[in-house]
Amino acid sequence: MSASPAAAAPPIVRIRDLVKEYRRGAEVLRVLDGLSLDIKQGDFVALMGPSGSGKSTLLNLIGGLDRPTSGSLEVEGLRVDQLTDASLGRWRADHVGFIFQMYNLLPVLTAERNVELPLLLTNLSREQRMKRVAAALSLVGLTQRAKHRPRELSGGQEQRVGIARAIVTDPTLLLCDEPTGDLDRKSGDEVLTLLEALNDEYGKTIIMVTHDPHAAERAHRVIHLDKGTLSEDS
Amino acid sequence: MIGVAKYLPLLAASLRRKRLRTFFTVASILVAFLLFGLSESMRFALKAGVEVAGADRLLTMHKVSFTQLLPASYENRIRAIDGVEAVTPQTWFGGWFQDERNQIPTFPSDPATYLRIYPEIRLPEDQQQAWFADRAGVMVGRGIADLYGWQLGDTVPLKSAIWRREDGSETWDVTVRAIYDLPDGGDTRQIVMHQEYFDEAKLQAKGLIGWYVIKVDSVDRAQKVGRDIDLMFANSPAETKTSSERAMAQSFVNQIGNIGAILSAIVGAVFFTMLLVTANTIAQSVRERTNELGVLKTLGFSNPGVMGLVLAESVLLTTLGGLLGMLCAWWLGVQFEPVLKQYLPGFRVPLDAFLKAVAIMLALGLVAGAVPAWQAMRLRIVEALRRE
Repeated sequence: MSASPAAAAPPIVRIRDLVKEYRRGAEVLRVLDGLSLDIKQGDFVALMGPSGSGKSTLLNLIGGLDRPTSGSLEVEGLRVDQLTDASLGRWRADHVGFIFQMYNLLPVLTAERNVELPLLLTNLSREQRMKRVAAALSLVGLTQRAKHRPRELSGGQEQRVGIARAIVTDPTLLLCDEPTGDLDRKSGDEVLTLLEALNDEYGKTIIMVTHDPHAAERAHRVIHLDKGTLSEDS
Repeated sequence: MIGVAKYLPLLAASLRRKRLRTFFTVASILVAFLLFGLSESMRFALKAGVEVAGADRLLTMHKVSFTQLLPASYENRIRAIDGVEAVTPQTWFGGWFQDERNQIPTFPSDPATYLRIYPEIRLPEDQQQAWFADRAGVMVGRGIADLYGWQLGDTVPLKSAIWRREDGSETWDVTVRAIYDLPDGGDTRQIVMHQEYFDEAKLQAKGLIGWYVIKVDSVDRAQKVGRDIDLMFANSPAETKTSSERAMAQSFVNQIGNIGAILSAIVGAVFFTMLLVTANTIAQSVRERTNELGVLKTLGFSNPGVMGLVLAESVLLTTLGGLLGMLCAWWLGVQFEPVLKQYLPGFRVPLDAFLKAVAIMLALGLVAGAVPAWQAMRLRIVEALRRE
């Protein structure tokens, strides 16, 4: 695990007494049980834990994809848990980049059209959008594959397109749900190196859910989640 | 517009996802709008005669049926009625040229009063005089002259399915003396011949004519003049029935107008089927893309935004098929115009049908896409992302 350059930075994510419950018929499942956590600006955090421990649920809550049952959740000083659906959408578009295990690219669009998607929500002109798309694809080393559709790309390349899409709006926070989970070791390493660079060189705060200890080693901080509560590697 | 245009590649890509399904759906919509375009063309052709019929013209015919003839002597008595400006006799000649299928509406009439009653007819003065001077001369419409390549001075052997000449022949040699135009639109495939020549030369029913066309001095008095005419011939061997030319044209159209109603019913049923087909296509497309819609929402697309995308996709589908269908209908109208103009002059897709079609395309797209769009809007992100 690398040393954290974000040790002295203010928290970008501030979670207090977070509870998330799901109802399954009459049964209530408590997935997160009064969880509190601070993540500092510029940190690279690995979130580990067994299946069903609530890692993805926590990531979804931080990203505003779901709402907590109780507790508070602040990102950059904003109470994300109190935003309306419409405000949450706008906030996600401006501040959060998502990277998925299965890449979640739109198969009918080329790489550059996939990367352009979040920019459609901005007031940028087509020329400005394509400039940004080109920059993002260049950063992930896929300039030559801009016109290719996802099925014409390898898994590693697809994930790099996913990363380009996540960073094209220049968000402060990157949320990665098992980004190497569907990749071979070599492609996985390339993706992790890319995430490290985004963290080191571009100051992105990264929260990465992973099962893979090898991937977690690249983070500055590893948090374990089990049965809805947290513990941390010292 | 620019704001919407940036989503077009996304919408077009969605339609390309299942090309075969999109093709069949667009083809079905195309056929529906082709039918609509053709039925509107038919309706337009049927209505055209009614539109051009004058409100200040009356038609007086036999009370029993327009196939029964009236005495030619009625003309002077009608002219004497207060409010009548001009009277001209007309008879259905039943003419054809070369082949019985080449029917030409031909009417024996009095040239001078005919032109007075139909001032919308335009022809050069010298041609008018030439026609007046030649008893065997005819005035032909530009449409029919162009169709058969007739020139001024040509002798045309017209045949009649009804009227024989005194020598027993069914051929009437007439000379083209004038070619008329209707600058404001109307049917220019008619022939008008001299009543005098016709009456003298015909074998039977001498002194009888088909009906009278009357021009009244004021539209306001038309109803009263009509009543006076019918009263004058009440209880006579040939009682009359007078109505305005427009009402007559309308009632004639109404007799065959049921074709229009039947076509409308068929087109309505086809549109309803298309509604279900399109709704099914869009619903299937949305079901298959649940995960992708979840991704779009994750990226920041709002619920109404996603709903709008699905609706836009549905409207794009119906508009694409609809425009192609209307284009085909227009093209068919142009291609078959020379063949159809003999039976249905003015058969073409009218402008208001295009506007109506666009409104139907939009409505069809919005209604067909409404339920899938609503489902897409209500989709929860975390659930959508879990689906493959």
